Amino acid sequence: MKKSLLDHVLDWTGRIVLTAIVGFVLLPFVVVAIASLNESAILSFPPDSLSLRWYANAFEYRDFAEGLVNSLKIAAFGALIALVAGAGFAYVLDRYDFALKGLLNGVLMSPLIIPNFTIGLGLLILSAAASLPRTMWLVVAVHVIIVLPFVVRSVYVSLKNFERGYENAAESLGATPGRVLLTITLPLLMPGLISGGLFAAILSFNEFTASLFVVNQRTQTLPVAMYNYVREYADPTLAAVSVIYVVVVAVTLLAVHKLFRLEKVLNVE
Amino acid sequence: MSSETPSPASRDDASETAVQIDGVTKSFAGTVALEPVWLKIRRGEFLTLLGPSGCGKTTLLNLVAGFLEADNGELFIDRDLVTQVPPHQREIGVVFQNYALFPHMSVAQNVAYGLRTRRVAKAEAERRVRETLELVKLSDFADRRPRQLSGGQQQRVALARALVIRPRVLLLDEPFSALDRNLRTAMQVELKEIQSRLGLTTVFVTHDQSEALSMSDRIAVMSRGRIRQIGTPSEIYDHPQNQFVSTFVGDANLFAATLVSREGGAARITVGKTPFEVQTFQDALPAPGPVSLFVRPEQCRLTEAGQPATVTARVALSVYQGSHAEVHLDCAEAEEGRVMLRVPASAAPKPGTDVGIELPRTGPAIYAREEEGEPA
Ligand SMILES: Nc1ncnc2c1ncn2[C@@H]1O[C@H](COP(=O)(O)OP(=O)(O)OP(=O)(O)O)[C@@H](O)[C@H]1O
Ligand SMILES: [Mg+2]
Repeated sequence: MKKSLLDHVLDWTGRIVLTAIVGFVLLPFVVVAIASLNESAILSFPPDSLSLRWYANAFEYRDFAEGLVNSLKIAAFGALIALVAGAGFAYVLDRYDFALKGLLNGVLMSPLIIPNFTIGLGLLILSAAASLPRTMWLVVAVHVIIVLPFVVRSVYVSLKNFERGYENAAESLGATPGRVLLTITLPLLMPGLISGGLFAAILSFNEFTASLFVVNQRTQTLPVAMYNYVREYADPTLAAVSVIYVVVVAVTLLAVHKLFRLEKVLNVE
Repeated sequence: MSSETPSPASRDDASETAVQIDGVTKSFAGTVALEPVWLKIRRGEFLTLLGPSGCGKTTLLNLVAGFLEADNGELFIDRDLVTQVPPHQREIGVVFQNYALFPHMSVAQNVAYGLRTRRVAKAEAERRVRETLELVKLSDFADRRPRQLSGGQQQRVALARALVIRPRVLLLDEPFSALDRNLRTAMQVELKEIQSRLGLTTVFVTHDQSEALSMSDRIAVMSRGRIRQIGTPSEIYDHPQNQFVSTFVGDANLFAATLVSREGGAARITVGKTPFEVQTFQDALPAPGPVSLFVRPEQCRLTEAGQPATVTARVALSVYQGSHAEVHLDCAEAEEGRVMLRVPASAAPKPGTDVGIELPRTGPAIYAREEEGEPA
């Protein structure tokens, strides 16, 4: 097929625009990654000489190690709880008609409107008033509230696209409603569930604002630990942590990709 | 209502009735999808629901399967009242238009699904899956996933999956509509063979009249949520009870006529200014006045213009069809202004020729004139 001049122009401008966008998105990370290799104890760019000492420092600094473990635990529990609750809500919203359905939907979506610091502050006041201990579960609760709308949306969309014929077929073959759910609906919704859970985990892992209100020294998450660090020191350790951070998330996504094929999970297939 | 009740009462012996639909209705948010429907389906019969899109065929099928709940009326399967019984207890096999094969299971697992829900012993289940896959000629494909199969093969898996549970009734909703013509014909033959070999009570939905005519023991012609006629293919084709059926099944020529007098099925009519005496196949005729005279193309004969007792027309177009030619005529007396006849290809007249149409003395039908878009 012969391309016209216009096609060529569009083709090239397309490529240039795409490259620019990708470059723009990646720019902060590239700058930070380079800064993390700076020999000297200031966050400057470009570095004068290169070294990995800040990586060593990052691994030795206990708050980061503990923060990472906390963050992973909180993300795992938070995502799991949000996934189970969110999938349940989405199923009810899709399958049943009831009074106040719109209201329930609105309430579930409200964390998209209410800023994270309000949620954090609210739970801080509440836990103080009820004199609840500031445990990890308080942080998990905050994270569940924040990520729930995303999970509900993600599962709801999968349910809307779900071919009801599969369920009818199973029913006609003698499957009870419970069996249909377990052997047909859930397996076929699995990609949507995994993607919902994955987004929830990543959002939780990145969450900072609300966490700041409800953590203490023992339960602080990695982002909070980083914030506390940067208030005292201005060396490139934080840049090194950022790089480690990105690597952890990327490795997680890659693992999911290997296990379940990411395209399918992200519904872009 | 006489045209809409099933034919001779003696054949409706209760012991022979597999499915009985008693005054079942269904509306969706105020739109009526099914007017009250009465229907008895005999054991072992192949019954087709035929009708245009939106006439309620799928709705009726879903009511029998239990996917929808009837607003009114009762439903019996093998004389058991099942109106309130959920689908998983009805023992009905369903083949869906888009097959609905479980994509996360192999062909064998798909077919075995209905046996596992019934807790059939493993060895027995394996044997039945193997036999059923043999029946639909898919033995070599047991381990494939549905998406690795062609449309026709998927169709056969869907059929096997429904057959393996030995259903009391097999329901098929336009099962062949996604297949190309050749495959479609092959699958029609295959289904019909399997159905009659197993003596399976079958309800088949289609809007394709030739499919209905070739496969069915009986056809129920539907329009707008109602059964307009039920009978054998030849009853439906040769003796349509109303204008809707006459035009929906087969080619029809309708002439605007005036009924002058009637006696039983015999009538004096005029078409244009020409008087005719006809013996219809009907037992009763509408009241004298404006009526529609229904004639199949093969019942008309072309003559020269100006012959006595003919309707005058002019050739608009002759379409060569190989074995014959279709002659389309402009005719003032025809309801749509057009009449179609078939003649040997060599005898096709030239466009513009004036001709006469000789109407049959016996065999046509006379219907009350139907309002535009509103079947009587
Ligand atoms: N779930 C539904 N909600 C609202 N209206 C519906 C629903 N299902 C069917 N209808 C309406 O009921 C009528 C009958 O629909 P049905 O699906 O039974 O038609 P059909 O004869 O199967 O048509 P087709 O040949 O196009 O499949 C239609 O007017 C349709 O719009
Ligand atoms: Mg339909």
